[in-house]
Amino acid sequence: MANFFSSSIGRKIAMALSAFFLMSFLIIHLSVNLTSLFSADIFNEFSHFMGTNPLVQYALQPVLIFGVVFHFVMGFVLEIQNRKAVGVKYAKNLGNSNSSWMSRNMLLSGAVILAFLVLHFIDFWIPEMNVKYVQGDMSGLLDPNVADSGFRYYEELVHKFESPLRVGFYVLGFVLLSLHLLHGFNSAFQSMGLTAGRKKMWKNIGAFYSVVIPLGFIVIALFHHFNH
Amino acid sequence: MTLDSKIPKGPIKDKWTTYKDKINLVNPANKRLIDVIVVGTGLAGGSAAATLAELGYNVKAFCFQDSPRRAHSIAAQGGINAAKNYQGDGDSVYRLFYDTVKGGDYRSREANVHRLAEVSVNIIDQCVAQGVPFARDYGGLLDNRSFGGVLVSRTFYAKGQTGQQLLLGAYSAMNRQIARGKIKMYNRHEMLDVVVVDGKARGIIARNLVTGEIQRHSAHAVVIGSGGYGNAFYLSTYAMGSNVTAAWKAHKRGAFFANPCYTQIHPTCMPVSGDHQSKLTLMSESLRNDGRIWVPAKKEDAIAIREGKLKPTQIKEEDRDYYLERRYPAFGNLVPRDVASRAAKERCDAGYGVNQTGEAVYLDFADAITRYGKEQALVKGLDTNDAATVEKLGKAIIKAKYGNLFQMYEKIMDENPYETPMMIYPAVHYTMGGIWVDYNLMTTVPGLYAIGEANFSDHGANRLGASALMQGLADGYFVLPYTIGDYLADDIRTGPISTETPEFEEAETNVRDRIEKLVNNNGKHSVDYYHKKLGKIMWNKCGMSRNEKELKEAIEEISQLRKEFWEDVFVPGEAVGYNEELAKAGRVADFLELGELFAKDALQREESCGGHFREEYQTPEGEALRVKEFQYVSAWEYKGEPKDAVLHKEPLEYENIEVKERSYK
Amino acid sequence: MKLTLKIWRQKDANDKGRIVDYELDNVSPDMSFLEMLDILNQQLIDNREEPVAFDHDCREGICGTCSLFINGRAHGPDREITACQLHMRSFNDGDTIYIEPWRAKAFPIVKDLIVDRSAFDRIQQAGGFISVNTSGNTQDANAIPIAKEAADTAMDAATCIGCGACVATCKNSSAMLFVGAKVSQYALLPQGQVEAADRVKNMVAQMDLEGFGNCTNTGACEVECPKGISLENIARMNRELIKAAF
Repeated sequence: MANFFSSSIGRKIAMALSAFFLMSFLIIHLSVNLTSLFSADIFNEFSHFMGTNPLVQYALQPVLIFGVVFHFVMGFVLEIQNRKAVGVKYAKNLGNSNSSWMSRNMLLSGAVILAFLVLHFIDFWIPEMNVKYVQGDMSGLLDPNVADSGFRYYEELVHKFESPLRVGFYVLGFVLLSLHLLHGFNSAFQSMGLTAGRKKMWKNIGAFYSVVIPLGFIVIALFHHFNH
Repeated sequence: MTLDSKIPKGPIKDKWTTYKDKINLVNPANKRLIDVIVVGTGLAGGSAAATLAELGYNVKAFCFQDSPRRAHSIAAQGGINAAKNYQGDGDSVYRLFYDTVKGGDYRSREANVHRLAEVSVNIIDQCVAQGVPFARDYGGLLDNRSFGGVLVSRTFYAKGQTGQQLLLGAYSAMNRQIARGKIKMYNRHEMLDVVVVDGKARGIIARNLVTGEIQRHSAHAVVIGSGGYGNAFYLSTYAMGSNVTAAWKAHKRGAFFANPCYTQIHPTCMPVSGDHQSKLTLMSESLRNDGRIWVPAKKEDAIAIREGKLKPTQIKEEDRDYYLERRYPAFGNLVPRDVASRAAKERCDAGYGVNQTGEAVYLDFADAITRYGKEQALVKGLDTNDAATVEKLGKAIIKAKYGNLFQMYEKIMDENPYETPMMIYPAVHYTMGGIWVDYNLMTTVPGLYAIGEANFSDHGANRLGASALMQGLADGYFVLPYTIGDYLADDIRTGPISTETPEFEEAETNVRDRIEKLVNNNGKHSVDYYHKKLGKIMWNKCGMSRNEKELKEAIEEISQLRKEFWEDVFVPGEAVGYNEELAKAGRVADFLELGELFAKDALQREESCGGHFREEYQTPEGEALRVKEFQYVSAWEYKGEPKDAVLHKEPLEYENIEVKERSYK
Repeated sequence: MKLTLKIWRQKDANDKGRIVDYELDNVSPDMSFLEMLDILNQQLIDNREEPVAFDHDCREGICGTCSLFINGRAHGPDREITACQLHMRSFNDGDTIYIEPWRAKAFPIVKDLIVDRSAFDRIQQAGGFISVNTSGNTQDANAIPIAKEAADTAMDAATCIGCGACVATCKNSSAMLFVGAKVSQYALLPQGQVEAADRVKNMVAQMDLEGFGNCTNTGACEVECPKGISLENIARMNRELIKAAF
């Protein structure tokens, strides 16, 4: 086991496993957010459940954070190793003729997504943690002292998407996420050895996922920006 | 000195079995005390090195390539023969034996060929066990195809890359032994001399091609598996590095060189395109299974084609001359290589050649495409009269069978062979001659062995398709490992061989002097200049057809060229470090000696047989005319200059096969 | 045709190396790329200069010796061929052509355009074989039927010529296509099953030891492979390693 994950392929597989986890998280996150398009109440219900359920908060959340950090750290580690394996660079190298831009620039798209995540954490996660665990307000209400003031989640969401600058950056973040996924989705399946013999099918599924998921987030951001 | 072929007594069917039962063996503990050097890592050398190491000997293997996997056996395309009779078409060990002796035009040694046919079946078993992915049919069993000169399907193949797959099999067996430490592998090393101590081969002098270091290596026996010498012709289907040096050095140290004039000119190669050409590319003979060979029947059509005014597809069926089918109705396009090559030359010399140089004939797949297409249409229940459907289906079958060859042709010739017939012309491809060996594959120097194409024994005057791979692996896997034990059994108490002896000293000094001479010669012309000149003489005067006058001229010209070479060759760079020109110079110097012996051998053999065609000796129909009194192996003893070489004759006796006129009609 | 060649020259492993420009005239479109280099070398020799050292042998695309990075691509612009099969008709009069050696830490330069690929040999020695002795009495070749599809797929993997274009073209200098092809060939055949677990573990370990990079699945190797070895072989190797480890 220890040997396995210290081997080149083991590391790829670790990378793929964390990617799978993050990709499933994206589906859940998007599903919850999509409800905001047609019902503030359902969105609030879901958000409150996610924000207060002990399993989600104390088990899944740390795992998710670990997954994100692991994926990034591992990505950098592999990149450093790979650069070492190359040595002298070619005077002329036509990468475009044999591989996609996305596949050659995962580090770049990853870095933009990381920057996006920092903003996202500042926007949502840090205030959320502050309210819940520093101020100790687990009610999820707009005004914790007024029982029928209603949940705050939907209001906060709408509020955040008022700034065109922020929306713009969100859109950019998701475009890069899409590019990252366009290579990453298939790459993860390839690393797991799941593509042997059924390459085409996974390619199509990958392309679908990589476009639809980020597009969903973009639609939500734009919807709230223009509708309120 | 009389030549003793050491053929065991008894009926031919039992010779090998009985011999093996009685041969001296070396016990496993003693094998650890014995070192064997193997030079060359192709099918013969690679399989021998692996098997000897498995048995327990300490093997040192040498190749000039950067990896044993790149030996030129890798380029063999079509397949490997074996008397498995999986197709139930009447094949047997005897029939393979018979076909090979007949194919070799009754100039090979019966006992060796029978042994080859016997072990052929083991080769296939061994290779499948090694993971060689031979072609299979839909039932999961091994598939076969048919090759020239035979009436059964006994050729096993792995697409058009059979040599590659077999070599990689031998290479994998070697790798296993390298990992175990039983083979010490010397890549990018070239053998430059054999060291003979007290009349026995006890080591070699090698040069590290990267550093230029000259090294001494000792062993209890030396095995030469360094391939053939076709590059004497400059243009050939051999690899650029293929050379005669190891074999020639062995010859100079006392090993007789047998039948140097037996050369195979392969009929299906891509024609020469210009003076810049560095090598010729072969198209597998398997193409003749489905391709039909023709030239225009009318000279004016041939001329129009050469001038680019007419396309081959425009020539009507009745205006085509399918000359092989016309001359040899029984075998048709599948006549042996020597016959097919000469027939092509005959047509081209008569003015019917089809490319710009007039030296090419057509190999046409249009009929095969239609035939397969109709078959497929029938199977799939489609309209067999719909030309477009038939063509599409037919092309798909041809693609599945020969796709990689067609692609190779298109890349080199810039023409699509699915649409227009291929152009082919014969090219030097294999040398049946080589170092003389006895039944044990030992040369006339005790302890010095020669295997694979480097020796002479199994193919006589002409090799049948798919038999080279068979012979290389038979020698390396199944023959040498037994027979070498018989010799080494006496060496178990010898102990390690010292390299600090006068014999090693002398050999090393010789090698160094020669290198110094080449590097410091500072002449006018490059190595290639001489090599090309030699090639022209060889091709024009010792090629597909030979005559007394031209052979005598060739001897003079080569001798003169050799003199000029040593006076005026220029080798850039130094003796230390990587220097390809220096390595080439040494090889060409040896070709310049071999070439003369080649011509001398062709001159003395006043008959036509197999690949050796003397214009003076032909039937009224232009077929090769054998002469009974030349039913011997000519084995040459080195005496200084090639002109002084002494001829020894090993008479060939045929007790099991009646010697007949070789007819493929 | 008239060409400007920009060729990497490096005396030996210790030399720093540099690109040197050469002008070459009278190049025929029917020449192979290596024949064009022959002409350049002849010209250099005639001028008493040292010729450009490059690896080549069979010149028919099967030995895997030639290893040139031509104009930014392994084996040059055409697909599914080696440098020796590349013909000058793929270039135009007046072109400038960069010719560089394979670049990878695990392939140190020997001289000029020649690299040392012995790392590939060592990977094969770690497990690229089936342990069967030459007995002459091995099981009959037809004793185990093998489905045509499996045999054909194994053959496709086995066509690898070990040239190293996959490593050369990979932005990470990864050797996984090479190793994957060998692992796949044996994994697809019943004969390879017995040693499958050790084989993949040992070969991957050796590959890592040699200093090849990690695969990031860009797929460049598959595109540049002169034998069209499929990326699926890497997936199969990964699967084999997972199977072997757990």
